[in-house]
Amino acid sequence: MNLLGKLTWAAIPFHEPIIMGTVGSVGAVVMAALAWVTLKGYWPYLWREWITSVDHKRIGVMYLAFALIMLVRGFADGIMMRTQQAVAAGGAQGYLPPEHFDQIFSAHGTIMIFFVAMPLVIGLMNFAVPLQLGVRDVAFPTMNSVSLWLTATGILLINVSLFVGEFAKTGWVAYPPLSELQFSPGVGVDYYLWSLQISGMGTLLSGVNFVTTILKVRAPGMSYMRMPVFCWTALASNLLIVAAFPVLTALFAMLLLDRYLGFHFFTLDAGGNAMMYVNLFWVWGHPEVYILVLPAFGIYSEVSATFSGKPLFGYRSMVGATLAICVLSYTVWLHHFFTMGASASVNAFFGITSMIIGVPTGVKVFNWLFTMYGGRVRFSVPVLWTIGFMVTFVFGGLTGVLLALPAVDWQVHNSVFLVAHFHHVIVPGVLFGAIAGYNYWFPKAFGFKLDERWGAAAFWCWFIGFHLAFMPLYVTGLMGMTRRLQHYDVLAWQPWLLVAEVGAVIVMAGITCQVIQLVMSIRLREQLRDTTGDPWGGRTLEWATASPPPAWNFAVLPRVDEIDAFWAKKQRVLAKRELPGRQRTYEPIEVSKNSPVGFVTAFFAVITGFALIWHIWWMAGIGLLGASVTWLAFMFRVEDEVEIPAEQLGRFDRTHPLEVSL
Amino acid sequence: MRYGLLTVVLLVAATLGGCDGGVLDPKGPITLAERQILFNATGIMLAIVIPVALATLGVAFWFRASNARATYRPDFIYSGRIEMLVWSIPLMTVLLVGTVAWIGAYDLDPPKPIASSTKPLKVQVVSLDWKWLFIYPEQGIASVNHLTIPVGTPVSFELTSSGVMNSFFVPQLAGQIYTMAGMVTHLNLRADHSGTYRGMSANYSGAGFSDMVFKVDAVAPDSFAQWAATTRGAGPVLDAKAYAALAKPSQAVAPFTYRSVANGLFVDITSAAMQSAEGLCVAYPKSMRAER
Repeated sequence: MNLLGKLTWAAIPFHEPIIMGTVGSVGAVVMAALAWVTLKGYWPYLWREWITSVDHKRIGVMYLAFALIMLVRGFADGIMMRTQQAVAAGGAQGYLPPEHFDQIFSAHGTIMIFFVAMPLVIGLMNFAVPLQLGVRDVAFPTMNSVSLWLTATGILLINVSLFVGEFAKTGWVAYPPLSELQFSPGVGVDYYLWSLQISGMGTLLSGVNFVTTILKVRAPGMSYMRMPVFCWTALASNLLIVAAFPVLTALFAMLLLDRYLGFHFFTLDAGGNAMMYVNLFWVWGHPEVYILVLPAFGIYSEVSATFSGKPLFGYRSMVGATLAICVLSYTVWLHHFFTMGASASVNAFFGITSMIIGVPTGVKVFNWLFTMYGGRVRFSVPVLWTIGFMVTFVFGGLTGVLLALPAVDWQVHNSVFLVAHFHHVIVPGVLFGAIAGYNYWFPKAFGFKLDERWGAAAFWCWFIGFHLAFMPLYVTGLMGMTRRLQHYDVLAWQPWLLVAEVGAVIVMAGITCQVIQLVMSIRLREQLRDTTGDPWGGRTLEWATASPPPAWNFAVLPRVDEIDAFWAKKQRVLAKRELPGRQRTYEPIEVSKNSPVGFVTAFFAVITGFALIWHIWWMAGIGLLGASVTWLAFMFRVEDEVEIPAEQLGRFDRTHPLEVSL
Repeated sequence: MRYGLLTVVLLVAATLGGCDGGVLDPKGPITLAERQILFNATGIMLAIVIPVALATLGVAFWFRASNARATYRPDFIYSGRIEMLVWSIPLMTVLLVGTVAWIGAYDLDPPKPIASSTKPLKVQVVSLDWKWLFIYPEQGIASVNHLTIPVGTPVSFELTSSGVMNSFFVPQLAGQIYTMAGMVTHLNLRADHSGTYRGMSANYSGAGFSDMVFKVDAVAPDSFAQWAATTRGAGPVLDAKAYAALAKPSQAVAPFTYRSVANGLFVDITSAAMQSAEGLCVAYPKSMRAER
């Protein structure tokens, strides 16, 4: 018996100069970072304040940090694909052979959806939702830390696949029979499945946590119809997570049974049926789109209201539209495969339901428009991203409705027209929103604003680069160019793909501007410092506490009597009808104690995942046992909260005075 | 600005698509109708989307904080009429475009035969790793990576796959349809103009996918009959053994023809795909791939 399962030296791609170069440079950067942390003696600080932290704000920041790092990885994959397609025309084969190119586009999709977009929105929800609800933490703080570190496990495994073995060559949807053992005997699909199974568990726990938090843990007086719209969209998004992610987990479990234990759910033989996989994948997949886009819609709502100096127009309409999207997102999955030969009635039905979901989305666009109408719009960086989103997204929606027409879909499905469409909605719909949220909440998280000039430069690079990169794909898609082509024979496509390449380079400049923005802002933080806790003239409760907020968020929980209670209070104070803050009597409060459970669980999850991928059964057993013992130990904990004495609360409030408090 | 870009793109696409043989350059009744639906729906929606994009820019610009002439109305937060309007506009659009979708889904349903006085030509399609096999059951011949059809005659396809899923797609003649092992999908098309059209697999199927391209020759019915006769005169025979050899993975295969085809081969392929390698029908092994 081989102690290391399928793992041999042949798994390391020594003969691939591109991969080994990447390994070398990434390895050097990681080693340098670790050495720096060690030399500076930051480990105890990192362990105490970040790794074992169960504070929702810290967890949110870590989610965002992971997402931004993975954005760079996913973008590197993207620009490699664009470069390959820009050169591999006619007889040319480009610089990436099929087995490498196929891994790159599979990794690009998987990383961008699961390890960029998901941690971005979950991170922002983590940071902002409890603050907006006026409470001290999420419902289950330690579980929140477990969620974060399980996501990190998935991220680690998918990156390990670059150096040890290979990644899936199946596309990010991994349709069988191609993803079955018969056609993909390598470990690539196993890396895909286990990294998504493990991080998916973290996502599901996050969903449970946020649904519970929003339904059960809110400041006194904050009824449902007084919640900020971001909290509503977070609720809808997490309801979708709770309902949709188990489908994905079950689906991947079935494919794993096929691959590991010779089951026949989706195999060619013994009654397996690949169409079931395709259906179930999109039963998760389409709600997933709204899991990502709804919180971004919430951010746009907060930004457009705050920077227009007006309440959100048509609040009830917005809430209704959010919930309508939440429900309707389950009725459209079949539009991902109109080309599979369903009957005309089925295609027509799902075509129309797919269009209907455009109605509440359209309503939202109109309401943002009327929010700005009659306002005083300040063109700060978050607003640039919001307006950029609005004018871009409506056209992405247009091509989406085109794809919802079965007769048009047959012509452009699986083409780069489709690629252009989903980037046209996801990039402005999710990424622009997350970047707006990052610029908007950064001063709350760190106590100083991000530099506006570099932020604006980043926006313009992204906005122009995005259009240059994806509009040409609509054209080549209509010219008959299918997606995932490693090389092609139609020379007429090449000029368009060269334009797309230029667009990708401009996007890269945008990412560079964002890195510079962050570095410059940290260096100039004293000039950008915000001492008020309310740098934008905010409306919601996160601005009613210090920046950065203390571990307990609010020394005294705010009392909420209306929508935008903080804004209303500021107006009354300005009109001198009320005093800036009420008399406070402090009582000691309990906050959750730091816990290494999340990190230790993730450590064992990495071992388990890696062992299962390489069929190292004894190691998988150790990993599972370790994780179970960790949870058992956590279950028998004696105390999990620490008390913060009243005088410490009072002292913090005196040293961080607010102009207005609730 | 943004709408301008898209319009330019669409216009350029229309012109270029026109000369380059894509979706916007249809050569048959099915694709002609599909393009019409594409244009109609785009037109209906542009009528809404362009004004919205312009209004967004206009409103944001006029109500900029530095514009003293704009009226600040912080209490403008609800209007029943506006809500009515903003729900109805997209709803009406969907009603309109939805009708277009419904009619199109029925009229252009791929399995629906094309009404014609000419008897349709039957072609059986098998996607293999990584090439296309076209069987002409009535003519008793077959062709790899090259499809010849008569102009003006409806062609009725039955499609399946030897293993992984592919998508049969000739953009100028018909929409695409998946090929799946153990299952048969149906597609009908007609070429109204003679010419050579590009066909391909539209669904990624592995390492050789990029070369799963074929040419479609739409020729006059006489020429088609002549081609069939010539084909019958030369080339190998496609029987179980030859199919097993063909099914082995290969890339960028140059087109060739078979002078005759074993009876019922297509049915055998569809049923063989459902059986395990150890099963009864070992004559038609599924395509097996040698990977690391």
